[in-house]
Amino acid sequence: MKNTIGTSLKFERTIDSAFRRVCWTLALLTILLGGLIVFEIFYHATPAIKKYGFSFLTSSQWDPANEAYGVLPEIWGTFYSSVLALIVAGLLGVSVAIWLTQNFLPSRVEWFLKTVVELLAAIPSVVYGLWGFYYVIPMLRPFAGWLHEQFSWVPFFSTPFTGPGILPAALVLGIMILPTVASISRDALSAVPSRLKEAAMGLGATRWEVIWKVVLPTASRGIGAALVLGFGRAIGETMALAMLAGNSSRLTLSLLSPSNTLAARLANQFPEAGPSEASALMFAALVLMALSLSANVFGVVINLRARYKLARVGVAR
Amino acid sequence: MPTLTAQPPHAIKPPKTPVRHDPIIECEIRKLYYGDFLAVKNSSLNIEKGKITAFIGPSGCGKSTVLRCMNRLNDIVRGFRLEGRVAMAGQDIYAANVDPVSVRRHIGMVFQQPTPFVMSVYDNVAFGLRINRDKHDLDHRVEQALKSAALWDEVKDKLKKSALSLSGGQQQRLCIARAIATQPQVLLMDEPCSALDPISTRRIEELMVELRKSYTIVIVTHNLHQAMRVADYTAFMYVDKESRSGYLVEYGETDQIFKHPAEEYTRQYVCGHFS
Ligand SMILES: Nc1ncnc2c1ncn2[C@@H]1O[C@H](COP(=O)(O)OP(=O)(O)O)[C@@H](O)[C@H]1O
Ligand SMILES: [Mg+2]
Repeated sequence: MKNTIGTSLKFERTIDSAFRRVCWTLALLTILLGGLIVFEIFYHATPAIKKYGFSFLTSSQWDPANEAYGVLPEIWGTFYSSVLALIVAGLLGVSVAIWLTQNFLPSRVEWFLKTVVELLAAIPSVVYGLWGFYYVIPMLRPFAGWLHEQFSWVPFFSTPFTGPGILPAALVLGIMILPTVASISRDALSAVPSRLKEAAMGLGATRWEVIWKVVLPTASRGIGAALVLGFGRAIGETMALAMLAGNSSRLTLSLLSPSNTLAARLANQFPEAGPSEASALMFAALVLMALSLSANVFGVVINLRARYKLARVGVAR
Repeated sequence: MPTLTAQPPHAIKPPKTPVRHDPIIECEIRKLYYGDFLAVKNSSLNIEKGKITAFIGPSGCGKSTVLRCMNRLNDIVRGFRLEGRVAMAGQDIYAANVDPVSVRRHIGMVFQQPTPFVMSVYDNVAFGLRINRDKHDLDHRVEQALKSAALWDEVKDKLKKSALSLSGGQQQRLCIARAIATQPQVLLMDEPCSALDPISTRRIEELMVELRKSYTIVIVTHNLHQAMRVADYTAFMYVDKESRSGYLVEYGETDQIFKHPAEEYTRQYVCGHFS
């Protein structure tokens, strides 16, 4: 009897430690793989980094024939389209999150709509690209043309609408990052303790006063994190933008103009790149990674701090 | 909790009420439902103006529920339904033409755990005044409220600081200041000390006695000593064993409830806590 118990424990312990080792190995491999990718990109980018240095970030040329490369318009296009997309996704996403958490709907409907929004994330990027190309652009065309005719003195509408460009790219990108923004905002809003809402109602606040003055400020950091993480997603988004941005490097405020982003530049240029251009593209990839990594780290940090703050509201001391 | 062996609930005589001098809230709950669940039944009592009334009883007997009826805070619970009448200063607050939001502006509430909003100390106290669009002399009235809540000396140098930086006891007094800043006629307090240490508890009890001069206070407490110390009147609620519905067993002057309870249930509950 004693023996049997001993053996079974030993067996379990062996399994346990084996399992631990496998997990550790896999975790280490993941980290190594990440490091390796960064190293490879860095390695291949080195010639371009040595040759162009900082001017790579400030020059607007992309001229393989003369081996002159710079990604300023791409950086601008990346930021511009991401900020616009963030405005779209922020307004929509936070409204949806409010609508889904503040007792506007029966809880089953809340659950259903939340699932639908999250499923938007499951649509492949290329499908969004096609939808943008065949549906959004034609739909925008008359409206955008009218904007340019009437308001061409406004910098945002100063160029004629040619199809793919910042406006359709930003709209589609906004829909693409909506699930991120909406679901993280939703978590932040539903983490607001209900007794805070009751306290505000007890003071005679209306439902909207409770939302504006208590719920949103309490969840503000979580919502901030949702926006930053959405921004991070927008910066790295590739396929849809390669199809919708217009693949034309310009430094412009016009929403109607074609444009380019770092990720779209990479996707569009790689197939035909020679050695010097490939190195420049690797450099561009590093820039992209740095941007997207810092947005994500920033987002995670404010999300953590938001949780910490909520924990302080939630726990009486 | 002692086991109660007295008569089954249907045999209980209607609760005695204290002599009515000047009721500010008349509360008559025949049936109160959360969805299908009959949470409170047959409980009627009058809250006397300018007095402290305490609700005691085992947890789950509906003390908070009754309290939340008095400012219509239960309206936000899905499935809540009330058969009965609650009147404040003679006016039925559940009448069809009464907006629950306006009811809540005349009745302050303090909760079990401190509920400071994520804003400065000052903005917390001014919250009720601002949503009432009542902004004249804001500084003065915030100061008055903080003084009444015995918090002014501790926070007068950090009015712009986040309310979350205060200690638990200070936060609870801040919530009291916030509740009385609009000078409501009634202050409802749902176990306001249960998350606090004994010293903070004592301060809040002193504060309640002080506030009684200007406000009517209704307090729920699981601490019978607290009820004895502060309350003029005490209501004892209990749960029906079979239906799990809560009901009012006995209501009277605090001394009478604790020293000469008329009901066997009350006697056993009170004695169980003091023997
Ligand atoms: N929001 C609610 N929805 C459903 N049932 C509730 C709700 N609030 C309280 N109850 C139920 O009503 C009964 C009385 O609750 P409560 O008033 O909180 O008791 P007490 O404050 O005396 O502990 C309990 O059985 C509780 O489960
Ligand atoms: Mg309670």
